[in-house]
Amino acid sequence: MRNTLEVKDLNTYFKSDYGSIKALENISFYIKEGEVLALVGESGSGKTVTSLSIMGLLPPNGFIEKGKIALLTKNNTQINILELSEKKLNQIRGNDVSMVFQEPMTCLNPTMTVGSQIIEVIINHKNISFSAAKKEMIELLKLVEIPEPEQRSTEYPHQLSGGMRQRIMISIALACEPKLIIADEPTTALDVTIQAQLLDLLKKLKNSLVSKTSILFITHNLGIVREIADRIIVMYAGNIVEEGKVSEVFNKPLHPYTIGLIQSLPEFNIENRKKIQPIPGNVPNMNNLPSGCNFNPRCYLVKESCKIQKPDLAKISESRKSRCFEYKQLI
Amino acid sequence: MLSIKNLSKEFPVEKGLFSRSNSTVKAVQNVSFDIKKNKVLGLVGESGSGKSTLGKTIMKLLNPTRGKIFFDNEEITQYNKRKMINVRKKLQMIFQDPFASLNPRKNIFDTLSEPILVHKLMDKKNIKDYLIKIIKDVGLNEESLSRFPHEFSGGQRQRIGIARALVLKPEFIIADEPVSALDVSIQAQVLNLLEQIRDSYNLTMIFISHDLSVIEYFCDSVAVMYLGHIVEMAPTKDLFNNPKHSYTKALLSAVPKVKSKNRNKIIIKGDIPSPINPPSGCVFRTRCPNPTHDCKEGNIEMGLIEVSPGHWVDQCCVNCG
Repeated sequence: MRNTLEVKDLNTYFKSDYGSIKALENISFYIKEGEVLALVGESGSGKTVTSLSIMGLLPPNGFIEKGKIALLTKNNTQINILELSEKKLNQIRGNDVSMVFQEPMTCLNPTMTVGSQIIEVIINHKNISFSAAKKEMIELLKLVEIPEPEQRSTEYPHQLSGGMRQRIMISIALACEPKLIIADEPTTALDVTIQAQLLDLLKKLKNSLVSKTSILFITHNLGIVREIADRIIVMYAGNIVEEGKVSEVFNKPLHPYTIGLIQSLPEFNIENRKKIQPIPGNVPNMNNLPSGCNFNPRCYLVKESCKIQKPDLAKISESRKSRCFEYKQLI
Repeated sequence: MLSIKNLSKEFPVEKGLFSRSNSTVKAVQNVSFDIKKNKVLGLVGESGSGKSTLGKTIMKLLNPTRGKIFFDNEEITQYNKRKMINVRKKLQMIFQDPFASLNPRKNIFDTLSEPILVHKLMDKKNIKDYLIKIIKDVGLNEESLSRFPHEFSGGQRQRIGIARALVLKPEFIIADEPVSALDVSIQAQVLNLLEQIRDSYNLTMIFISHDLSVIEYFCDSVAVMYLGHIVEMAPTKDLFNNPKHSYTKALLSAVPKVKSKNRNKIIIKGDIPSPINPPSGCVFRTRCPNPTHDCKEGNIEMGLIEVSPGHWVDQCCVNCG
């Protein structure tokens, strides 16, 4: 199995009035073909910046200082996204890698019918006629289970419900059968029953047509991770703190932050009605990180050494990594 | 403590500049329940189900279209603003977005002391000591009183929102999605805080949320809302272990859980219908997985019946099985 995406030592900064602020520090990970990798963390941990860095969509004040983002394209060559020109990038975006955003209303064009927005993507990347593209568009709408696709394709985004809009976003992302789909909180803005419909759809797609497509799934909801992902990466303050297979990490988390996240969930404290064990304190300001381990002010395992030296992301087994000096206590 | 009877709230739809509107958004329809002292009732439902409108109507921030509200054995349905002032002393609200509900130009001391001055609760010189106690109760330090809302993080702002609701020593608090805007670890802190103050201030509460696990953790009983109606109401344990209504069942199984993978999900099709023109008869019939013939035709009236002590279900769904 080859890797669709390899990210190596990615460092992303933002320019601000107070100087450059580090948003990502030495992020390295990979996604295999057909794999769903979940990127988890609280707001400000760097999940979205990671995805924007991969897409080359950082805002003007953001820049990548060093690093390598190698993507396997559809014709099986590996390219480093960071070395591409804007024109080349445009050919890749939507074709080899596409994105599903959180809020479909702000990402769809309100002045175009949804059908023509899908056709636009197809025509831009594939060399086919309008009528052939239209046929493909209808097929795509059927694939994402939109009822009455011919009728729906002539409607504008505001005429559709939130769940429908997100289905349209997914069909646009699928339009060119990309190698990699980045889904940034795709179900967060939706109600639970609609979220369940979409997760069901994504699972079906994963198991059938797009079996070679990898998905980078960004979310803060651990329940969704359990349901849909193969592997998980936990981020905290611009760092990866834990990595592993989903079942391994949930059964035996090996970083105090992951443990804290799981124990903060009300579902674990209902049966015996014990108090939730929250993580004390707040996520640190990226401008003013603590010395040593970023998590040390909130950690219950903290030792003197944690306040001086920053732990590396240690490899524990073939699939697992943890950024903690004390992980052996947790095994 | 609080009891509401057949409460409905409808909003007229703005049609145009000159034409009178004749259709209404039926936001809350025929809702009745009682809350006993020191109990917490959870209101759960998807967006557009009317849970927030219900909360605001009970607060009399919105005037009910029909029905009655009793607070402390006193009917407050027709109270005007001046009469409500005395009720509001005992009836307070915590809002979802603590940034939008705090005045950015006032420091925390001014924000918190205003209700005390309005209600003439105590002398000016005593206010400071009192507020220091309150602010410590919600887990913030004394210095925060002189700071402004933008200087706080989301979780801290929500603590201030809670302090604001507490200053008048209310007996009843309506919390509208108090933890929904917060990260998981902060959400847990605020939930613990709410639990603490509920015990130390002897509060009765309505807790509105769309997050079922938060409701299950925090509430004594739960009412599930769909399209303006309460479709099921029961003590928390009963509702989560033994849901009767198809919508409750679907809602419970739709929540992704970390503990175990749920393989037999009930997935209900379609979207929530428009409240301007809700389905006739049972409002859930358009998405119901196994409706009876009568139900499909919309012939069955809605109404709760008691299937076991304290467990109320909409009668239509009892027949649908």
